[in-house]
Amino acid sequence: MTAQTVEATPAAQSKSLTPIAWKFPIVYTILGLVSLIFFGIIGREGETTFRIATSGDFFAIPEIVVPAQAAGLVLSIILVAMAAVSIYLAVNRRSIGSWFPMLFGIVFVVSFLAWAGGGSGGVIPLTTLLAGALALSVPLIFGAMCGLVGERSGIINIAIEGQLLAGAFLAAVVASVVKNPYAGLLAAPIAGALVAVVLTFFAVKYWVNQIIIGVVLNVLVVGLTSFLYSTVLTENPELWNARQKLPNLPIPLLSDIPILGRVLFDQNILVYIMYVVVIALQIFVFRSKWGLRMRAVGEHPKAADTVGIKVNFTRVRNTLMAGAIAGLGGAFFTVGSGLAFGKEMSAGQGYIALAAMILGKWNPKGALLAALLFGFSKSLGNTLQSIGTPVANELLLMLPYIVTVFAVAGFVGRVRPPAAEGVPYVK
Amino acid sequence: MTKVFGSFVANDHIDLTVEPGEIHALLGENGAGKSTMMNVLYGLYDADGGEILIDDEPVKFSGPGDAVAAGIGMVHQHFMLVPVFTVAESVALGYEPTKNLGLIDLAEARKKVTEISSRFNFNIDPDALIEDLPVGAQQRVEIIKALSRDAKILILDEPTAVLTPQETDELISIMRQLKEQGTSIVFITHKLREVRAIADSITVIRRGRIVGEASPDSTEAELASQMVGRAVSLTTEKDDADPGDATFQVRNLTVVDKAENIVVDDVSFDVRRGEILAIAGVQGNGQTELAETIIGLTEPRLGTISLDGKNLVGESVKDRLGAGIGFVPEDRSTDGIIAEFAIRENMILDVYDRAPYAKGLNLKSSVITEEAKKKVEEFDIRLGSVVDPIATLSGGNQQKVVLSRELGRQLRLFIASQPTRGLDVGSIEFVHKRVIAERDSGTPCIIVSTELDEVYGLADRIAVMYSGRIVGIVGADTSREALGLMMAGVPAEEALAATASEAPAAATDAAEPTTTSANHAAGANENSATTSAEETK
Repeated sequence: MTAQTVEATPAAQSKSLTPIAWKFPIVYTILGLVSLIFFGIIGREGETTFRIATSGDFFAIPEIVVPAQAAGLVLSIILVAMAAVSIYLAVNRRSIGSWFPMLFGIVFVVSFLAWAGGGSGGVIPLTTLLAGALALSVPLIFGAMCGLVGERSGIINIAIEGQLLAGAFLAAVVASVVKNPYAGLLAAPIAGALVAVVLTFFAVKYWVNQIIIGVVLNVLVVGLTSFLYSTVLTENPELWNARQKLPNLPIPLLSDIPILGRVLFDQNILVYIMYVVVIALQIFVFRSKWGLRMRAVGEHPKAADTVGIKVNFTRVRNTLMAGAIAGLGGAFFTVGSGLAFGKEMSAGQGYIALAAMILGKWNPKGALLAALLFGFSKSLGNTLQSIGTPVANELLLMLPYIVTVFAVAGFVGRVRPPAAEGVPYVK
Repeated sequence: MTKVFGSFVANDHIDLTVEPGEIHALLGENGAGKSTMMNVLYGLYDADGGEILIDDEPVKFSGPGDAVAAGIGMVHQHFMLVPVFTVAESVALGYEPTKNLGLIDLAEARKKVTEISSRFNFNIDPDALIEDLPVGAQQRVEIIKALSRDAKILILDEPTAVLTPQETDELISIMRQLKEQGTSIVFITHKLREVRAIADSITVIRRGRIVGEASPDSTEAELASQMVGRAVSLTTEKDDADPGDATFQVRNLTVVDKAENIVVDDVSFDVRRGEILAIAGVQGNGQTELAETIIGLTEPRLGTISLDGKNLVGESVKDRLGAGIGFVPEDRSTDGIIAEFAIRENMILDVYDRAPYAKGLNLKSSVITEEAKKKVEEFDIRLGSVVDPIATLSGGNQQKVVLSRELGRQLRLFIASQPTRGLDVGSIEFVHKRVIAERDSGTPCIIVSTELDEVYGLADRIAVMYSGRIVGIVGADTSREALGLMMAGVPAEEALAATASEAPAAATDAAEPTTTSANHAAGANENSATTSAEETK
C-alpha cells in the first residue's frame, strides 16, 4: 500500500492513471532544439530567396529574400515556444487539435528551407516544390482510395502496387497504339480491375490469405510487365511505347490564383478526376446506401447477411471498382506525366499508398492528407537535391520513407481498421 | 424439417407450429439444435429436408432477405449490429430510405427508430453509437430492427443470456406488449424459469428431435427432466463452508485496457481457505480482466495481489502457477485447451516440464499416459483414447479435461471463469461437485459466473461487479432481486434495503457478512473503507 493511493480519491486516482502523453511534446522539443541549434545558432551566412511567383501570374508577387541565420533563429524560437506550449498542455492532460502538428511541421520546414537555401545563395522555388508534391501524390492518392474502398468492404489489398503498375503499362501501350492519351486513360482502370479480379477470385472463392495473394500478384505484375517490356515494347517502341501526354487544361480564373492556383488548377484531366474521386468517396462512403452496405460488410458481414445483403458480391464489386481506381492512378506514371513505360516504374508507391490509407485512418480525407505529406517530403528531397544543400543526397532521398515509417509506426494514434478485413466470409 | 452437418444430424424431422399472437418457447440444452433450426427458418442455412408453411402457403427462403420479406424477424444470440454504426444506420441497413444519388435519408431513418421506440417506450436515441449502448439497449435496437420490417413472427434466440435479471423482466414485458399487438414470438432458451414466466406453449427439443410438448404449468423439475432425458437435481448439495484464514487478498487492484479504459477499478477483497467466493455480474463488467490479472495474463496499473502472504504482482504466470494457482479460463476452446493436441498432452500443459512428466529434455510418454488414464477414471471423462486430439471430445468432456489438469495439483487458490458455460446439465452437476470438493479440501476458490443459478449453487459469499468495481460482497442467501439491482450498479446496502420489504429475513442475514467484510477491509487498510463508504452515498 503506497501513500499515494491512500490519499487519492477515486476520481483523482482514475485521472492520474491516464499516463501523460509525452510522445508529441518530446518530438516537438527535439525538433525545436535541432532547428534552434543547426538552423539558428550555428546557422549559415548568406541569404535565402523564396521564389513564389511564376511567369504569367495574375499579379506578380516579389521574391522574398531573408537572411538565412536570422530567419532560422526567429522560426526556431517559435518552434521552441510551441514545444513549450505542448508540454504545458500535456502535463495538464489537455489535447491539442490537429492544426498544431500541421503548423509545427510547416514552420519547421520553412526554417529548414531557410537554412538549406542560405550559403549556397540558393533560390527556393516554392511553386515548383508544391507542384512537385502534388504530382508525386497523385498515384499515392489513387492508390490509397483503392485500398480504402477494398478494406472498408473487408478485402485487404496489398496488390495496389501491381494495380498501379498494370494501369501504367496498359495506359502507355493503348495510348501509344491508338496515338491518343485519352484512350490510355480509359484502358488503365481495366488493367487495375483485372488484377482485382484475380485477387477477389482467390480471396473470396478460395479463402486464400489476402496478404499472400496481394504480394504474389505484385510479383506477377512486375514479372509480366517487365517481360512484355523487354520483348514486345522494346522491339518496336514507336508503335508500342511512344510517349503520349494528357494535355493540361487550366481552369479559367482559378488557375490564376497565385501559388495554389497554378499548382491545383492548371493540371491534366487525371488530376481533376482525382479531386472528384476523393470528394465523392468522402461523401458516399459515409452517407450513401452503397457506403453503409460496404462498411457493414467490412465490419460485421454476418449482420449484413442477416438483412439480405449479399456479402461476397458486395466485396467483389467494390474491390473491382477499387482496382479500377488504382489503375487510373497508374496512368499518371505514363500518360499523366508524358512518359513512356519503364520497368517497375511504380517503384513501391503502392505500398506507400497503403501506408497513407492507414495514416489517414481509412478516411478519404485523412488518406488524402497523408498522401500529400508523403508526396511533399519526396518533392522536398528532389528540390533540395537540385539546389544543392550540405545534406547528403542519399539522406534526402530517404526522407519520404523515414516520414512513412514514423507516421505509420507511432503517430497515428489509436487506429481501428474495419473489423472483418482480411477475414473471408464463409457461411 | 431436417438439417445435417456432415454426419451430424442437427435437426431430425422437426415439426413445429406457431399460432398467431402466441409466445412459443423452444426449450433445449446447449447443442440440442434449437439455434440451427431457427437459422434454417430464417434462411441462413438451407434445410436438407422438409418445408416451411406460412398461413398454409409453402415458402422457400434462399436467404434471410426472403425470410424478412415473409414477415419473419430474428434477434440473434450474438447481436447482428455493427458496433461503429449509429442506431438509425443499424436499423436502416439493408432497407435504406434514400434520396437522390443513393444518399441515405437520415431524417427518415431516425423517424422510424423514434416512432417504434416511443411506441414501446424503448427510450433509444437514434444517433447513439451501437458500441456505446448497454447490451439491453442493443437488444431493443435489434427488436426495433425486426419491427421496422413489419415482422409478424419474431424469433428471439437466447435473448436473456446477456441481460441482468431486471433487464430480463423488462424484456418479458416487451414480449407481452408485442404479443398483444399480434406478433407471434418464438422464444429459444434453456432457462426454465423464463419459460414458465412467459410461454403460452412449450416445445422441448433434445439432440435434434422434438421430445414433447409441455404446458407452462409444468414444474421446473419436470421441464428439466424432459430437456435432459432423465431426472436431474437442480440444486447442488453442499455443506456450509468452514472458512479458515484469508490467505488470498486483493487490494486496490486497478487494471486498464489498451485503450486506457479502466476495466477493473480499485477492487479489494479476500478469499478465505475453504470458501467459495462467487463473482457475479453481467458479462463485460471487468470479471474477465480481474481473473486474468490474478493469474498474471495482465499486469495491474495499481494494487496488490497476495497469496499466502506473498505479493504476486510482477511475477510471471509460471511463477504464479508454481505458487499453487489453478485457473480455468473463460473461453475453453481458445484459452483452455489446444485443440490439435492429444488429450494426455492437454492434461499436462502447465506441468509438462516437471517431474514426473519430464526428465531433462525428454517427456516421459508412459508416465503421461498412465497419469492421464488415472484422471480419465477420476473425472469420468468419456473418450476413445487419451492420445486422440482433444477436439474429438464434447464440450463437457473437454471441460473435464481442463478441470482434471487444474485440480490435479495441490492448489493454494482455484479460479474458474464461467466453468460450466455451454455444458449440458449432467456435466454441470459434475463440475459443481468437483469445485465443492476442492473447497472442502481447504482451497480458497473464486468462481466467476454470469449465471445466477450457478452463483447460488456454489457461492459461500457473492461479490457483484459492475463497470469494473465490486459493488458489494454479500451472503449467499441474498435475494435474486437484490443481486439483480447490484448487477445494475446499485450499492449493496441500497439493494438490500430496496428488497428488504419483500424478503426481510434474507436481508438481515445478508447484511451481516457485508459488515464483516467491510470491517475486515477497514482493518487491512483505511482506503478501501473510505471508498466503499463513498460508494454507498
